[in-house]
Amino acid sequence: MTELLVGTKKGLFALQGDAGSGFEIVARAFAGEPVEFAIRDPRSGRYLAAVTSAFYGPKVFVTDDPAGEWEQAQGLELPEGGEQALKRLWSIVPGEEDGLLYAGGDPGVLFETRDGGTTWELNVPFWEQPTRPEWNPGAGGMCLHSIATWPGDPSRLALGISAVGVWLSDDAGETWRHGNEGLVPRYVPEESREDTLTLCVHNMHRHPTRPERLFMQFHGGVYRSDDAGETWVDIGTDTGLPSDFGFPLVIDPQDPDSAYVIPLTADLDRVTPDGRVRVYETRDAGASWTARGDGLPAEDAYLTILRQAFGREGAGETMGLYFGATSGDVFGSGDAGATWFTAATKLPPVHSVRVA
Amino acid sequence: MPVVRLRAPLSELAGGRRELELEGGTVRDVLRTLEDEHPAIAGWILDERSTIREHINVFVNGERGREDTSLAADDRIHVLPSISGG
Repeated sequence: MTELLVGTKKGLFALQGDAGSGFEIVARAFAGEPVEFAIRDPRSGRYLAAVTSAFYGPKVFVTDDPAGEWEQAQGLELPEGGEQALKRLWSIVPGEEDGLLYAGGDPGVLFETRDGGTTWELNVPFWEQPTRPEWNPGAGGMCLHSIATWPGDPSRLALGISAVGVWLSDDAGETWRHGNEGLVPRYVPEESREDTLTLCVHNMHRHPTRPERLFMQFHGGVYRSDDAGETWVDIGTDTGLPSDFGFPLVIDPQDPDSAYVIPLTADLDRVTPDGRVRVYETRDAGASWTARGDGLPAEDAYLTILRQAFGREGAGETMGLYFGATSGDVFGSGDAGATWFTAATKLPPVHSVRVA
Repeated sequence: MPVVRLRAPLSELAGGRRELELEGGTVRDVLRTLEDEHPAIAGWILDERSTIREHINVFVNGERGREDTSLAADDRIHVLPSISGG
């Protein structure tokens, strides 16, 4: 039995089912509230949800039972008396020490917890980056959405921010530096590209068995890094993708040459190309991509899949893949994308999908 | 003292009370007193800048109030979500 956590514009839905069949809604929490992201920490079994009330601001809530009571986490706020307030929380990621998790948010901020999610602290060195006044948000705000930990080494972190590029730390977040060489922001004039900080990373994942390798979906561009995010090579041009624009990205943890993306037509037309929904898979580190659409809508389907709305479970040939669209549809595969089924329909617009 | 009226979910965060007498000479002061007495409500009405959140309306005796609106002892303050949304 697989449990999916689906964050939507109108609440969190917990779905249960088996690959190949429809899933059943077993719990709904935060009715009416936008849930940006939700995970279950596999170490503790605890559920964590990032909720951004239009009225009462962004919060994280935790529980051991998604159908039960949720407790508000503390400390997810910017320094009092400053000029900015926390706008939204985009991601929650388990760290490499017991009880350690990270949360990323808007305006480009990182939080840490060491008690499994009850109390959080702002990462001050990142908040006080001297170039911060020059940072620019993407269309979704200045969202820190990707937090790539290094298996077994809590000192090494990589962050992806829209639109402030990649940031790397080798000392558990005490100091930070850029990791942007090779990224080409086609949305700024050529003469400005070398110096711009406005680098719109859409999603980034590190491979757990070869952690110096990361894959990235950029705002126009798909990239791979083989040196821990220092430099990036283009794997989205002339490699078989119908478009190199999109948001989410998933990897197969058994295969460091693997990645999955869901291309959208273009930045000015953010829907699945040609009315067909297809996931694209590479097994050669981005040298080529193959469409995986068996069972997905093949005509008149103009869907938008957001950056956190693609999750996985397991690995290898039986890896589960699940993604949701702003149409409220959720699709799944129990065979690493070879075939697909519809897991749910008619949900509110889907913000995030993760396997519990 | 000024009287603050709350609706759910704010009233639930204030110990289930829909009406509270709170000290303060301005709307911000009264909301800070509310947070001091009921810490669970901190961050729900005022943000880190001590600013009333964008989609919350505060009325003082039926008129729109802001953070620095002065209050008299018999003033009544309503805290309501705005009619925005989607």
